Amino acid sequence: MQKYSLNMAMAAALVGVVALAQVGAIDLYVQSVLMFMAINVIMASSLNLVNGFMGEFSCGHGGFMCVGAYVGSVLSMMLFTDSHLYGAALLPPQWAVALFPLVLLGGGAAAALAGVIVAVPSFKTRGDYLAIITLAVNYIVISAVHNLDIVGGPRGLTGMRPTIMAMGQVVDLPWMMIWVLVGATGCLFIIRRYVNSTYGKGVIAISQDEIAAEIMSVNTNRLKLITFMVSSGLAGVAGALYAHVVGYLNPGAFDILKSTEAMVMVYLGGMGSLSGSVIAAVLFTLLLEVLRPLQIYKWVIVPLILILLMQFRPEGLMGDKELSDIFPRLRKYFTFK
Amino acid sequence: MEYFFQNVLNALQWGSFYALIALGYTLVYGVLSLINFAHGDIFMVGAYVAYFAATMFLGEVGLGPGVTLALIVPLTMLATACVGVALERIAYRPLRRKGAHRLYVVITALMCGLILENGNLALLGASRKSFPELVPTTVYAFAGLSVTNLKLAVIATAVAAFAVLHFIVTKTKIGLAMRGIAWDSFAIPLMGVPPDRIIVFTFILGSGMAGLAGVMFAMAYPVLEPYMGALIGWKAFIAAVIGGIGDIRGAFLGGFLLAFLEIGVAAVFPSTMRDLIAFSVLLVFMWQRPTGVFGVARNQKI
Repeated sequence: MQKYSLNMAMAAALVGVVALAQVGAIDLYVQSVLMFMAINVIMASSLNLVNGFMGEFSCGHGGFMCVGAYVGSVLSMMLFTDSHLYGAALLPPQWAVALFPLVLLGGGAAAALAGVIVAVPSFKTRGDYLAIITLAVNYIVISAVHNLDIVGGPRGLTGMRPTIMAMGQVVDLPWMMIWVLVGATGCLFIIRRYVNSTYGKGVIAISQDEIAAEIMSVNTNRLKLITFMVSSGLAGVAGALYAHVVGYLNPGAFDILKSTEAMVMVYLGGMGSLSGSVIAAVLFTLLLEVLRPLQIYKWVIVPLILILLMQFRPEGLMGDKELSDIFPRLRKYFTFK
Repeated sequence: MEYFFQNVLNALQWGSFYALIALGYTLVYGVLSLINFAHGDIFMVGAYVAYFAATMFLGEVGLGPGVTLALIVPLTMLATACVGVALERIAYRPLRRKGAHRLYVVITALMCGLILENGNLALLGASRKSFPELVPTTVYAFAGLSVTNLKLAVIATAVAAFAVLHFIVTKTKIGLAMRGIAWDSFAIPLMGVPPDRIIVFTFILGSGMAGLAGVMFAMAYPVLEPYMGALIGWKAFIAAVIGGIGDIRGAFLGGFLLAFLEIGVAAVFPSTMRDLIAFSVLLVFMWQRPTGVFGVARNQKI
């Protein structure tokens, strides 16, 4: 019982947040910041899987988010809404309450397939060149969306909102908040389980020394493929959630700046530290909100933070440690590893 | 047929821009094995410096357009060389001193580029600046083709720049030192070569080329905006990779190859597909032949 106390505390906190949103104790602005926090937690922790645990350097994470966002939105509009783009709803809109995870999983699956485009070249190329490949994929995704008129092209895409409205008509709850929190928790669960499995040991071996790992019978190609797909798939889930939170998509929103945000969070938290990623995502989202009045100067300050981080503390807040390494007492209440 | 040759001329002009910028990428990579992602933004800084210098000389000082042109080319090259050296001193050198992981240097380079772009946007605003006309455009028409004098000048400049660089790298002492560092950065300081000085010289050369490209670009396409360096920098980088990064001939050739490919695509498909095709070619290239046309694969010792 004691072992699960932190889980229970987290669950209680999440339910508490939803309840507060329900009774209107926290206003819409705070709610949206909390939702972006959860989405950023998914982005940071999924990128940490590749950049931290596997030691590769992927800097096109925004591209996968873009794939997930667009596929998720199109699915949700096809299934649950009468839109002028995709015709009448295929299912009764009230079913969205139970079937909304389909939308998220669809976005995630599409993004995972896009992740294969990066994973296959990564068998042969490493280091700088792989970084270039990921960036190229980011650009390819964005210019492909630009050229697809069926999803609005450069004008953007709207019409995901009615799905959420339909859920609200069945039971009046802050649905989006619930789905975002469920998504973030599920993502952390998957990554923690993956990293601590046999596969995860292989992934960490790759980050130490790939050739040695190959000699010690780690199937590096297979692990790279799986890790890239898991990472990009989770980014796709984050994208699908983002699309429904914001309600408007534009290919320009997922460019290199989005990927930079994810990178800042990973290196701020520390490579190979899940708790670090979560802490960094929360802190960074708050920082962005604080810097909002500065408008464009925000995008001078954020890269500057990363440069200073690289100069003075390249290992980030937590290094490769989890919370339990810093506070050993926590192990009584939660199994980190 | 005329349409074809007209497109060939356009491709030659674009190729010249790509080649000029790709030369800078390749020089820095050859010496430091660092991809200087801020290079495209140095090109952008060059275009802006040229714009401010030109408007000042034409307006307040009241010089003629010909004199102005003769003044802004060296001025811009000097300014961008300073920017390049400043980047090296402030961002890259401390990391090199610490022996930091290559990854951290790459991230720093990317972030420096973003700072240059967004700093420009924050300081000067998003309004597009239009470059004053310095040289009256004359159109030479022969055999149904029309060539502006500017186009010819751009192509000639690129070829001349390549020739000068090639001479410096292959025939001079400092070029020998550059090739030495590229070959073995550990042994070269033991031979009495000051590596930092050589690296600074490399940055001066590469950034100066970017500045020259900036002036030329501003004259050919007289609309400036802060993000102009990002995409063209990427394209030039693709060109350098296709040619084999770290090789001057490769960068020059790759620039023209990429330009022909892009113009060919734009002539057949809708022009919005240009970037898509360019980046897809990069992806296939990196996957199949990461060393490029002239590059040499290095075996990893276990």
